[in-house]
Amino acid sequence: MTLFVALAIGVVYGVSILLLLRGSLWQLLVGLGLLSHGAHLLLFAGGGLVASAPPLVAEGATQPAAGSADPLPQALVLTAIVIAFAVLAFALVLGDRAAAKARTDDLDAYSGEPG
Amino acid sequence: MSSVILRTAARYMMPLLLLFSVFLLWRGHHEPGGGFAGGLVAATAFVLVAFSEGPAAARRSLPISTWTLIPIGLGLSSVSALLPLLQGLPPLTGLWLPGDKLGTPLLFDAGVYATVLGVVASVLLALMEEETS
Amino acid sequence: MEWMVPFVFGVGALAPALHTRLRVWSGPVLALVPAGIALYAAARQPAISDGAVPEFRASWIPSLGIDWAFRQDGLSNLFVLLVAGIGALIVVYAGAYLREHPRLGRFYAFLFVFMGAMLGLVTADDLFLLFVFWELTTVSSFLLIALDHEKEAARKAALQSLLVTAAGGLAMLAGFILLVDAAGTSAISQIVLQGESLRAHASYPWILALILLGAFTKSAQVPFHFWLPAAMQAPTPASAYLHSSTMVKAGVFLLARLSPALGGSDAWAATLLVVGAATTLLGGLLALSQDDLKRLLAYSTVSVLGLLTLLLGLGTPIAAQAFVVTLLAHAFYKGALFLVAGNVDHGAGSRLLSQLGGLREAMPWTAAAALLAGLSMAGGPPLFGFLAKETAYEAVLEAPVGSWLLAPLVIGTAVTLVFAAIRVGLSPFKGELGEAARDAHDAGPAMRLGPLVLATTGVLAGLLVGPAERLLVAPAASVVLQGEAPTGLALWHGFTPILALSLLTLAAGAFLYRHRERVVAAAAPGMAFERRGPAWLWDRGWELGLAAAARGAHAFQNGSLRRYLVVTLGVGFAVVALSLPLSDLRAAGPTADTPIVGIAASLLVVFAAAVMARARTPFLAVAALGAVGFGVSLLFLMFSAPDLALTQLVVEVLTVVLLALVLPRLPRPAKPKPARAVAIGVAVLGGATMAGASLVAMAGEPFEPISRFFEERSVIEAHGRNIVNVILVDFRALDTLGEITVLAVTALGILTLLRRRRPSDAEVQA
Repeated sequence: MTLFVALAIGVVYGVSILLLLRGSLWQLLVGLGLLSHGAHLLLFAGGGLVASAPPLVAEGATQPAAGSADPLPQALVLTAIVIAFAVLAFALVLGDRAAAKARTDDLDAYSGEPG
Repeated sequence: MSSVILRTAARYMMPLLLLFSVFLLWRGHHEPGGGFAGGLVAATAFVLVAFSEGPAAARRSLPISTWTLIPIGLGLSSVSALLPLLQGLPPLTGLWLPGDKLGTPLLFDAGVYATVLGVVASVLLALMEEETS
Repeated sequence: MEWMVPFVFGVGALAPALHTRLRVWSGPVLALVPAGIALYAAARQPAISDGAVPEFRASWIPSLGIDWAFRQDGLSNLFVLLVAGIGALIVVYAGAYLREHPRLGRFYAFLFVFMGAMLGLVTADDLFLLFVFWELTTVSSFLLIALDHEKEAARKAALQSLLVTAAGGLAMLAGFILLVDAAGTSAISQIVLQGESLRAHASYPWILALILLGAFTKSAQVPFHFWLPAAMQAPTPASAYLHSSTMVKAGVFLLARLSPALGGSDAWAATLLVVGAATTLLGGLLALSQDDLKRLLAYSTVSVLGLLTLLLGLGTPIAAQAFVVTLLAHAFYKGALFLVAGNVDHGAGSRLLSQLGGLREAMPWTAAAALLAGLSMAGGPPLFGFLAKETAYEAVLEAPVGSWLLAPLVIGTAVTLVFAAIRVGLSPFKGELGEAARDAHDAGPAMRLGPLVLATTGVLAGLLVGPAERLLVAPAASVVLQGEAPTGLALWHGFTPILALSLLTLAAGAFLYRHRERVVAAAAPGMAFERRGPAWLWDRGWELGLAAAARGAHAFQNGSLRRYLVVTLGVGFAVVALSLPLSDLRAAGPTADTPIVGIAASLLVVFAAAVMARARTPFLAVAALGAVGFGVSLLFLMFSAPDLALTQLVVEVLTVVLLALVLPRLPRPAKPKPARAVAIGVAVLGGATMAGASLVAMAGEPFEPISRFFEERSVIEAHGRNIVNVILVDFRALDTLGEITVLAVTALGILTLLRRRRPSDAEVQA
């Protein structure tokens, strides 16, 4: 299973880097959205993959069942998901404002002095 | 955007979604859910109404502006963090009412809920308003 | 004494405001502060000369073992007296000299910062504390030289002095760290007791070289001397204070302070003797041909600084005594002569010797001070300078090594200084009044005070040689020697060979002065060395450095976002890839069970991502991105993270809404460009690296996860059964508070951007 997840992480990272480097504004923004998926998966998988044993304590018990998933990476990823959304929104609005000035999708035209 | 089906569906869906979001917040301490998920679900409720009846209608469905939810949420979380100081305990110590149902962690999570809802709804509604204007 | 530094800094902070209130009285009023400190130090001096050493020690940075520690021994207090005493005179003088200057208030502030730092430097008993003050004197010197920052020459000189002395200071810091490491303490009073073991220490050569570099740059030793004549761009009061009597002495002060710890080795003696001899000779020779009063004084200062270094290199008791006497005498006469130069400049409108003459009637007070100070500089009896020269001669004649070379060298240099002294002290005032100076007038009382007091002190110290030796010279010399200082300083020892040499020096200097035109002409080629020497090398190096930096910046910052990303990502992933412990990868077969849904979700993510790579339209890409998000939340669900699955799913919906709102507004995509090979390379490298990293991370737990703590306490202490949520709102709630604050700030940024009206077409075209 780890091989499949590692494959997914590798492909997501590779494709998002490719999108970032295409020199197109919309692909940059979409690639940014994809990149966060890769990061979340990596962080999540780093805590170990455990099937069907969520870090919940059964009613009446005081500790989770032995072999439950590690809760800490989950807590980290949870906030990361929400923050990634907010950052993507910011990048989109920023890109929109920049494009309104540059009036092109070609990022190479964004360099140099502001017109 | 303003099909009758969507509008009708949205009108009934919105209270349900809001109720579900509060439910998520409430049970989050014991079962999957919590302030982040609850706030996001509540935000989808507003987005749904905004899509069917326009962002102005979505804003009207809330007595205060979505923007003010952000300071309210941050304030709730901060207050819950500072409350233990009154008892001479370090900040962020969990305080519980008898019965262990209500406590400062829930207040904190409510702050998270309000902040997330405020942020997401404000941003999306503002983008939609720009679209329509 | 521990209060002196903050007190003087505080006065400096208030000085500009005080100056706007008091105007012409600001100088005398502010001078009360250093005058008070000088009196305080003087009151302590008798006890200190009897062997008392007042101390203060408080912990400053305990984790680094650095203390706020001060000590007032004979050497320290001598410097406190000089810094505060001369400082008081300088402040009074500056108040009058810079009366019309628009930045006089700022000048006071810089001067007090310097004064406080210098007082701290000479009394600090912790090497790192000393270093802090050392750098502060460098910075305040920079600010003072550049007081007239409209002048390019002033800016250039200020930057040059800053870079030379700060570079030396950095080397010195490295030396200090090694020294503290070797000695096991940063307390100077402890370090100086360990000379024996330090000199035998393996890192002694490094310690010595690095610290000497700092001391030599500060005290303008060859080949770093060039910054000092250039620093004459500073206003004259600052030159008189920093660049003759106090700051440039900081280097030799440090050498004297550390000589019990580092001195006594062959390397120490050889370096100090060679550098000191070269500096004193070169300074004396270059002083010969100067026409500008201040530059002449600057080169003669370089010469005396070299002599001081040389004397410390000798290391004999008589040399230590000569060191202290020379230092004191120089502070008096050179301070006075700089102020005289300021008065002449002020009253006659020129500093060039070729234009000056006959000012004695127009400027009687200044002329008197110049005569006395010049006589002390020349080493004429019965002034203090005479004693300095005699003891220095004695020290080199009795030198343990190389006296056959050192004695003629020092005596020859002394002749050049006699020549310089006559030119500064006498020639502007005798003879015919220069054409340019018909309206010459003497300076006001505030500007007479400084030169007269300093010149008279030189006379008094010479006449009262007994008390001066007992109270000032011997206590300081004994600190340098860490033992009994020699006694027997006297104006009259009978007809000795040294007296003969002394008189011969004066006669030779006078002879040179008779033939001054020829001497000046003969010495002029020496300046070619200055123009083509270390200063030239420094300037070229500086220009080359700037050009190289510009080229480097241009190569990396060409304005192309893609170039930045390629370099950043490529380097970043390469570093990660190289450091991946792939050998640790155990046979990572399938874990406990491999849910088929998990495999399907992984493949969905892979497939949807591949679609995104090929997508030509935003619509398809957004749909595929949604599919990736769905696959990811499915993976979360399969692998025991229901909270994540829920959150990811809702966020995915909102992300699609977001993209659907914004992407259509962006400019139409141009004809897609083919992906560059380098982009594909970086993408493959990045993907492979992260896949490898995830495999390594999943291969096992190299350490005990801290989550056990949360799992054990979640229900018992935090009353929550969803551990993820308990972590977020209880255990690590502070982090969450930070995160929702980030969310709020992001929203603030987005709404601010949105409220800025989109520029209209007309604006864009304009």
